[in-house]
Amino acid sequence: MTDTQDAVSTVAVTVNGAEIQANPGELLIDACERTGTYIPRFCYHPRMSPVGMCRMCLVEVDTGRGPALQPSCMLPVTDGMTVDTESELTRKAQDGVLEFLLANHPLDCPVCDKGGECPLQDQTMAFGPGESRFIEEKRHYEKPIAISDTVYLDRERCILCDRCTRFADEVAGDTLIHFMDRGNNTQVNTFPDEPFASYFSGNTVQICPVGALTAKPYRFKARPWDLEENLSTAWTDSVGSRITVQSSRNKVLRVLGVDSESVNWGWLSDKERFAFEALNSVNRITQPMARADSGSDLASTGWAAAMSTIVDVLTDVDPARIGVIGGARLTNEAQYAWAKLAKGILGTDNVDAQLGDGLPAAVVLGLPRATIADACRPGGTIILAGPDPKEDLGALFLRLRHAVVNDGATLIELTPHRTGLSGIAAHSLHPRPGELGDLAAAVVAAGSGTASDAAGVAADAIAAAAASISGPVTVVLGRASLAESSAAIVDAATALNGLADVSFLSALRRGNVHGALDAGLAPGLLPGRTTLADGGEAFAEAWGSVPESTGLDTAGMLAAAAAGDIDVLVLLGADPLSDFPEAAAAEAGLAGAATVIAIDTLPNASLVAHADLVLPAAAATEVDGTFTNLEGRVSVCEQKVTPCGTARSDWMIAAQIAQRLGKDLGIESPAAARAELAALSAVHGDLTEAALAAAGVEGVLCSGNGSIAEPAGSGSVDPANDAYSLRLVATRRMYDAGTTLSHSPSSAGLARSIELRLNPADFDKLGVEAGSVVQLISNKGELMTPVIADPGVPAGSAAIPANSPGANANQLIDASQPVTDVRVERS
Amino acid sequence: MPTHDYIPHAAGYVDNDGPKIVTSRFPYEDSYTMERSEATGGYEGLRTALSRRPADVHTEVRDATVLGRGGAGFPAGVKWGFMPPGKFPYYLVVNGDESEPGTYKDRLLMERDPHQLIEGCLITCYALGLAQCFLYVRGEMALAQERIGQALNDAYARGYVGKNILGTDFSVDITLTWGAGAYIVGEETALIESLEGNRGMPRLKPPYFPAAIGLYGQPTIVNNVETLANLPWLMQNGADQYTTYGSETAPGTRMVAVSGHVKRPGVYEIEQGVTTFRDLFYGDNFCQGIREGHELKMFVPGGGSAPWFFPEQLDLPLEARAVGAAGSMLGSGALIVMDETTDAVKAALRLVRFYARESCGKCTPCREGTTWEERVLQRILDGEGRPSDIDMLLDIADNISPGPYPVAADPSQDLEAVPFPPKQTTICPLGPSSVAPITSTIRRFRHEYDAKITKRDTIPVSAAPMNAGAVS
Repeated sequence: MTDTQDAVSTVAVTVNGAEIQANPGELLIDACERTGTYIPRFCYHPRMSPVGMCRMCLVEVDTGRGPALQPSCMLPVTDGMTVDTESELTRKAQDGVLEFLLANHPLDCPVCDKGGECPLQDQTMAFGPGESRFIEEKRHYEKPIAISDTVYLDRERCILCDRCTRFADEVAGDTLIHFMDRGNNTQVNTFPDEPFASYFSGNTVQICPVGALTAKPYRFKARPWDLEENLSTAWTDSVGSRITVQSSRNKVLRVLGVDSESVNWGWLSDKERFAFEALNSVNRITQPMARADSGSDLASTGWAAAMSTIVDVLTDVDPARIGVIGGARLTNEAQYAWAKLAKGILGTDNVDAQLGDGLPAAVVLGLPRATIADACRPGGTIILAGPDPKEDLGALFLRLRHAVVNDGATLIELTPHRTGLSGIAAHSLHPRPGELGDLAAAVVAAGSGTASDAAGVAADAIAAAAASISGPVTVVLGRASLAESSAAIVDAATALNGLADVSFLSALRRGNVHGALDAGLAPGLLPGRTTLADGGEAFAEAWGSVPESTGLDTAGMLAAAAAGDIDVLVLLGADPLSDFPEAAAAEAGLAGAATVIAIDTLPNASLVAHADLVLPAAAATEVDGTFTNLEGRVSVCEQKVTPCGTARSDWMIAAQIAQRLGKDLGIESPAAARAELAALSAVHGDLTEAALAAAGVEGVLCSGNGSIAEPAGSGSVDPANDAYSLRLVATRRMYDAGTTLSHSPSSAGLARSIELRLNPADFDKLGVEAGSVVQLISNKGELMTPVIADPGVPAGSAAIPANSPGANANQLIDASQPVTDVRVERS
Repeated sequence: MPTHDYIPHAAGYVDNDGPKIVTSRFPYEDSYTMERSEATGGYEGLRTALSRRPADVHTEVRDATVLGRGGAGFPAGVKWGFMPPGKFPYYLVVNGDESEPGTYKDRLLMERDPHQLIEGCLITCYALGLAQCFLYVRGEMALAQERIGQALNDAYARGYVGKNILGTDFSVDITLTWGAGAYIVGEETALIESLEGNRGMPRLKPPYFPAAIGLYGQPTIVNNVETLANLPWLMQNGADQYTTYGSETAPGTRMVAVSGHVKRPGVYEIEQGVTTFRDLFYGDNFCQGIREGHELKMFVPGGGSAPWFFPEQLDLPLEARAVGAAGSMLGSGALIVMDETTDAVKAALRLVRFYARESCGKCTPCREGTTWEERVLQRILDGEGRPSDIDMLLDIADNISPGPYPVAADPSQDLEAVPFPPKQTTICPLGPSSVAPITSTIRRFRHEYDAKITKRDTIPVSAAPMNAGAVS
C-alpha cells in the first residue's frame, strides 16, 4: 500500500487544524490513524467491511455543507474536507455513545478476562464521561453460554458491534452466529441446536472489543498485564501465520494472530491458535527413554547414556543402512543442522522430511512459485489442484476466499470432491482419483480449442472451466487424497505449467516442510534448492563430504528396513504408523529396522510401539529459529519459554551426536546455522539478521528455484478402471487423531469419527443407504464405517477422512499403486 | 350513495365534500372488486399511459408535483429521475408497511381499492421501463394482503398484469410480499433488506436513495401506497387538473388520519396546503370539534415521529414547508388530538415506549437511548422520579439527536420555534423520533413532570425493585 502512495495523487484533509495527505478512497478513520490522530471505534475493523453501527467514531466533519457529525469509518476522504476530532460536538457525541454502551454493560471488569486489554475499558478511560447516570436495572442474560466446544458468549458484556457476526459471515463464510431479537433485547446467538462450529471461531474471540467472547483455553488463566509476549510463527501448518505467543510464569497461555499483510491478515485457524495446549501437556517427553529389549516398555534414562547408545549404533555402520524420516517440525536452523549431520557427517542420503503424503521436491521447488498475494490478485485465476484449504491450510483458505468473494478472482477446482471453497468456485471439476493429470491436460487443451471428456469429467464442463481462465494463473498444488499417488499431481503440474502466466503455490501441509526441503531434507537434495548432482561439489568442500548417490525416500526406507537393508531409522518428529499412507508398510519397516531412534515432543503411535531410544525435543515455543512457509517466506520463531524437562533443541541434538562421533558440526547456535545456510545457499543470500529484523511481521521472501529443474511428468500410466470397485479418496481434516490435537484438551474432542461419504447415485448399486454401517475392504485391509450421502462426492468414489480417531484410512491404502480400489460390503 | 359521514364498510373513513382523487370508490361496498373497478374507470389511467411515450408519463408526474405521501414528502417525479441510466434491471418497491403511530390511511387504500394501487404501480413501471414490482404489505394487515392478493390474481387474469399488458409489448410482474411486523421496515432501506430476506435493519447512507443501490444492488424506486394511488386519476385528468387542487407547493389532495379527542375522528381526503389544522379539527365537514366539554391541549401533526403542536399552531395550513418552519412535520398524515384530560408525561411515555420496542438494535444511541428514556419516564410515573431526571432526559435526547431539537414556539414563555428536521447520531431517524414527545412535553409541560417528581403522594422508603414492565 505504501509503495503506491506516491504514484497516485493524494487529497488534502484538514484534521484538527493541520493538513494531512490522504489516499483517494481511504476511509477517514484510517487516514487519521495513519497520520497520528486516533479516533475511538468498536465496530470498525480494517480487515472487514465498515458498518457504522457503534457510532463511537462520530467526528465533526465539514465537506463544504457545514459541519456535521459523521461516522469516520464510513466516510472516504475528499479533497478539502475539514475534520475536528476534538470539538465540543465530537466530545459530546463520544461521551454520549460511551454512556449508552455502558448503560447495560455489567462492568464486571474485575472478573473479566478482557480486563486490562479491553477496548471498551480503554476508551472509557480515554474518552468517556467517567460516570454513568444510568440507575435502572441492567439487562440480564444467562452468564456465559457455550456457543461451541471452545467459545463462550457472555451476552451481558456484548456491545453488539457486529464484529464476530461479520467475521463469521464475511471472512469465514460460516454464518453460524447472528443477531436475534431486536431493540434493547438484541443479542448475538447461534441458531437452535447449531453450535458455532467454525474452524475459525477463535478469531471472533480475538476481535471482540469486550469480554463477551472468551475461549476455553484462556478463560481465567491470566491477567493481560502478567503476560509476556514474543512475535513468532504458527507451526501447525505450512501457511506460516504470524502470531504472538503469550506466556506467564514460563508457561504459554495464549496465541494471538498478528496482522501480516502478506500472509494471514491477522486471522488464524483454531488449530494454529489453540494447538499450543499440547506443548503444555503432561504427556510431554521430558527425558530420554530407552527400551532394554524389544519386548519391554520404554524406561527413562539419562542423556549421557542415550548418547552412548546412539554412538554405538551409528559407529561402523554402512551409511546406506541409516535412514532419517521426518523433520518438518524443526526450525530451518535445526533442519540445516540435521541435513549436515546426515549428509555431511553420517554420509547417508536416505533422508526424507515428507512421509509419502507430499510431493516430490522437484515439483515443489522446480516450478515458477507464487506468493499468497500472487494467488489473490484481483482479476486473476486460482486453480485448486490440491487439498481442501479449509481443512488443511486454514489461514490460506481465508485469503483465497477473500480474493474470490471480494476481489473478483476466479476459482477453478480440480479436486476429488467438494471442498470448503466449492460454494464460491466458478467451476468445480472432480476427476476420477488418479486421473488428475488427464483432467489438467484436458483443461489446458480446451484452452487452445480442443475440449474432450477426461477423467470422468464431461467435455463441456472442461471447456467452460478453460474459458473462464483469465489474468495471471496461480495453481494451488498439493496432495488432495492420500489414496492417490503423487504421480497424478506431478502430471497435472506439468500440464498446467503450459498455461500462460502461470505460477504455483505449494499446498504441502505439514509445519515447516518447505523449510525442510530448502534445507535439503529430501533424497538427492542439498540445502538451498540444489541437488547432489549440481551442488555436491560445493557442499563437499564446505562439509567435508556428501553422499555419492541419491538415497531413498520414506517409502523406500520403510521397504528397505522391512527387507533388512536398513539398520538405524531416526524418526525426527515423525509418526509413520499414523501418517504414512500405508500402515502395513510403515509397520513392517519400523519392525524391520534394528534400531529406531525417535526424537520428539510427545509420544505417538510409532514411538510407543517401535522406538528403541527416545530423545526429548524442545517444542516450537521453546526454541529460537526461523520458519519457512509455503511461499518460501522465512519468518522468525522466537523462544518464549524454557524447554520442557531436559528436552533440547533439535539442532543441539544434531551437534551433540556429531561431537560424540568425534566430528564437529560447526554449529553453536541457531544464528550460526542460519549464517552458514545463507552463505552456502543460492536462494538464502538475503537472509541476514538485518533483513529479518527489518522485515518485521512480513518475513523475508526467499524466492527462486535454485538449480531445481521443472518436472517433466511422472511417466506413469493411468490406472485401469475396475467396474466392481470404488476408488478410495482419503482426505485430511483440520481435526483428526494427530498427536498435537489429541494432546490439546480443548481440541481433542473435535475430531469426528470415521464416515464414508458416497454419492447417493451409488447407493442402489451397493445396496446401502445413509446411516448404514458397512465394511470397506481393500487389498491391504478393511475397516467398518457408517455411510453418509454426499452429492459432492462423484459417483464411483468412496471418500473417507484420513487418520480419524479409531480408524485410520492408511489401513486400506496401497501406497505402491496410483490409486486404491475398495469394495463396500454390507455388514 | 351514502351520506357524507362514516361509511360502515370502510371502517374509519369519513366521506366528506372535498375533491376525491384516491377515495372515489370508497362509498361502494364492493369497491375492491375488479367488476366495480372496471365499472368506475379502473385501468383507464393505464390505457391512457400506454397510449403515450413513457417519458411523457414521467413528465406528467413531474409537472403535477406529486409529493411522496410516506412521510418525507419528496416529489415522486424527481425521485424517479434519480435512476442511473442503463443499469437494468430496475425495481419498483411499494412501501405498504404503514406503521407510524396514528396512521391508517394506506391500510384503507389497500383494503378498499387495491386495483387503483396496482394501476398506479403499472403506470410507474411503464414510465420508468421496469418489469418487476414488489408490493410489500405490513405483516399485521391481513385483510389488505387478502384483497391485494385477490386483486392481483384478477388483474393477471384480465391481462392488466403479466406478459404483453393490454396487447402491448409492455410486461410487468407484481409480487406480493408481507413483513413480519416491524415498524422500522417502513424505512425504505430496511424494507429492502427485509425483502431480500435479511433482518429489517436500515442501510447506511450514502447512498441516500435506493435509486443508486437498492434491491439486490439494483436501482430501485420505493414509493408509498398513497403516492401511487394518485397516478390513475392523474393520468386520466392530467397535471393541469391535478394542480388546481391544493396549494402551489403541495398540489392535489392527501389523506389524513385523525384520532383522539375529536368528535369525529377518521381518515379524510383533504386538499393539501390549504386546509388548516383548525379547519380539520373544528370544521363541520371534518372532525366537528373537540369532544363536548373539553378543550384542545396539544396535538401530534404528522405521525408519532413529529414534534407536537399546541393551540397556537392551529391556524397553520397542512403544508410541509409551513409546518416544518413551525418546528414539526406533516409526515405520514396522522394527527393525534389530545384534550386537557391527557397526562403529558403518560402520553410521552406511550410514544417513547413504541420507539424503544421498535428500535432494530443496530446502532448504539437508538438501541440503548430509547429504552433508557422509556425507563426513566416509567420511573417518574411510578413516583420514583428524581429532580435531575428531567435534565437527564433532555441530555439523553441530545445524545441521540444533537443540537436544538425541532419544537413549536411557546409564546407564553417567549420561546421561538426550532425548525424541522432534527440532527442525528443514529443511522436512521427512528432514534430521533423518540425524542419528539420528550422535548415537546418537557418544554411546554415541565410543571407536570415536576409535580410527579416532587409532589408525589408518598415518598418511597423501601428499596422496592424498579419496575421495568409495561405501563398499567
